[in-house]
Amino acid sequence: MEANKPAGCHQPVVTLKDLSFSYENKRVIEGLSFEILERDFVGLVGSNGAGKTTLLRTIVGLLKPDRGDVRLFGQPLSEFRDWERIGYVPQKNSFNPLFPATVREVVLSGLYGRKKMFKRITKEDQQKCEDALEVMRIQDLSGRRIGQLSGGQQQRVFLARALVNNPDLLILDEPTVGIDAETQEKFFHLIRHLHQHHAITFLMVSHDIGMLEDYIGKAPVHTGGKLKFYVKHTHEPQNCGETGLTHTLKDLRQKIGAL
Amino acid sequence: MDIFHEYFFQRALIGGLLIGITAPLMGMFLVLRRLSMIGDTLAHVSIAGVALGFLLDIYPVAVGLVFALMASFAIEKLRKAYKSYAELSIAIIMSGGVALAALLFTMGKGFNINVTSYLFGSILTLDNLDLWMVLGVTLLVGAFMIWNHKEVFLMAFDEDAAGVSGLPVRFYNILFTMLTALVISVAIKIVGALLVSALLTIPVACSLIVAKSFRHAVFASVLYSEAAVIGGLVSAGIWNLAPGATVVLLLILMLIATLLIRKGLKPV
Repeated sequence: MEANKPAGCHQPVVTLKDLSFSYENKRVIEGLSFEILERDFVGLVGSNGAGKTTLLRTIVGLLKPDRGDVRLFGQPLSEFRDWERIGYVPQKNSFNPLFPATVREVVLSGLYGRKKMFKRITKEDQQKCEDALEVMRIQDLSGRRIGQLSGGQQQRVFLARALVNNPDLLILDEPTVGIDAETQEKFFHLIRHLHQHHAITFLMVSHDIGMLEDYIGKAPVHTGGKLKFYVKHTHEPQNCGETGLTHTLKDLRQKIGAL
Repeated sequence: MDIFHEYFFQRALIGGLLIGITAPLMGMFLVLRRLSMIGDTLAHVSIAGVALGFLLDIYPVAVGLVFALMASFAIEKLRKAYKSYAELSIAIIMSGGVALAALLFTMGKGFNINVTSYLFGSILTLDNLDLWMVLGVTLLVGAFMIWNHKEVFLMAFDEDAAGVSGLPVRFYNILFTMLTALVISVAIKIVGALLVSALLTIPVACSLIVAKSFRHAVFASVLYSEAAVIGGLVSAGIWNLAPGATVVLLLILMLIATLLIRKGLKPV
C-alpha cells in the first residue's frame, strides 16, 4: 500500500487535483488540490468572491473546471452516478419565500434524483420522508407552506430534505445566512451531533467560521488562494474500529431525542 | 342562446379550454423561476414569424413556432453574455421581435386583417387545423408534466439541488423552453400575442395566493384559467366583446377578488 493513501475507514470522499476555474478572464480557483476523507468535517471558509460557491458547483459537476480533476467517492466526476449518496442543503437566500410547497413536498423532493426519474413515489419513500421529518422534529409542520416558517424551522426542513436519502456526504451551502445567533447555535449543535454519531462526511461552506471555531479549530489546515479549509475528524485517524454509529435515520431519531 | 350552437363558438370553447390547461402549467414553472417576461418576449417574436408565414404563404402558426424557438435559444445565449442583467436580454429580443414584425407587416400588404387577429387573438376564427395543433400541444405538455412531475418540482424549487441530485438540468431547461415556445405559438391565435403572457402568469399569480401545496397550486391555476376562459368566452359571445381581452380582464378581476378575500380573511 502506498504510504500517502489513507487506510481502513478513511476512504477519499472528495478529491480535488490541481483544479483551476475561471469566469471569462477572471481566475477564481488556481491549482487547488485537496482531499476530503470519510467522516471529515470540512469547513470551507472564504470572503465573498473567494470562489466558495464556484468550488462547490465544480465539485458537484454543475460547472466544468478549466483544468484539473474532481473525484467523488474515488470515481471521476464523469463516471459518478450515485448522486443519492450526496445530501445538499441549498443557500437559504436562493429560495423564494412565496414558493407554494409544503414542508412534506420539500422533504420528499430530496429523493427525486436521477435514479428516480419516471418512477413513482413508493410507500417506502413516504416512510423515509416521515422519518426525516420526525428526526428533525418538524412532523407537526409537515402540511405548512415552507414560506410561512421561521428561519430556523426552514433550516430544519432543508436539513431533513438533505438527510432523507441517508447520504454519505452532506454539503451545506452558507446554511446560516440570515439566521439569528440563537438559532445558529442550535443548528450547529445539531450538525455537530450528526457528525459525531452518524457516518456522514460534512462539507460546509461559509463566509466566516463563526460559531464553528471551537469545533473545527482556529487554524485552517489548507489554504488555496482565498479559500481556507478547516478540518475536524471525529476520531483518531488510526482508530477505525469505532462502534456506536447510527446508520439509519430511525436510529438517529433515538440518539437525537435529547435535542 | 343561439351562439352556443354555432360551430365556430364550439371550436372556440374547445380551443380555449385546451389552452387553459397548458398555459398555466408552463406558466407555473416560468413564474416560480422568475421568468414571467419570457412568455411575452416569445409571443412578440413569434408575431414576426406569423407575418413571415403570411408573406411566404406557409401555415403562420408553424413559422411563429420556429421564431419562438429561435428566440428562446437567443435569450439563453444573451443571458450568458450579460450575466447579471438577465432582463436585458429579454428587452433586446422583445423589441427586436416587434421591429421585425412591423417590418414584415409593411412589406406584405393585403393581409392586415389577418395580422391583427394574431396580435389580439381571434378565437372565433379557429379552424380545424388550429384546433388539432392545440390538442396536440395540450397532450404533449400534459404527458410531459404527468411523467416528470417530480423533476419539474425540483427544477422549479432549486436548480442547484436538482443538479446535485443528478438530474439533467440542461436537458430539462431546453425542454421547458421548447414546450413554452410551443404553447405560446398555439395560444397567440386564441388570446393574441399581446395578451398571451396574461394566460401564462395571472392564473399562477392567483394560485400562489390560495394554494396550500405545490400540487394544490397547479390544480388551482388550471381552475382559475378554465373559469376565466369559460366566463370570458360566454360573456364575449353574449355581449359581442373581444374574446381574448374579455378572458384576460376577467382573470385580472379574479386576481383582485382573490387578493381582497384573502386580505379580508386575515386577522388584523
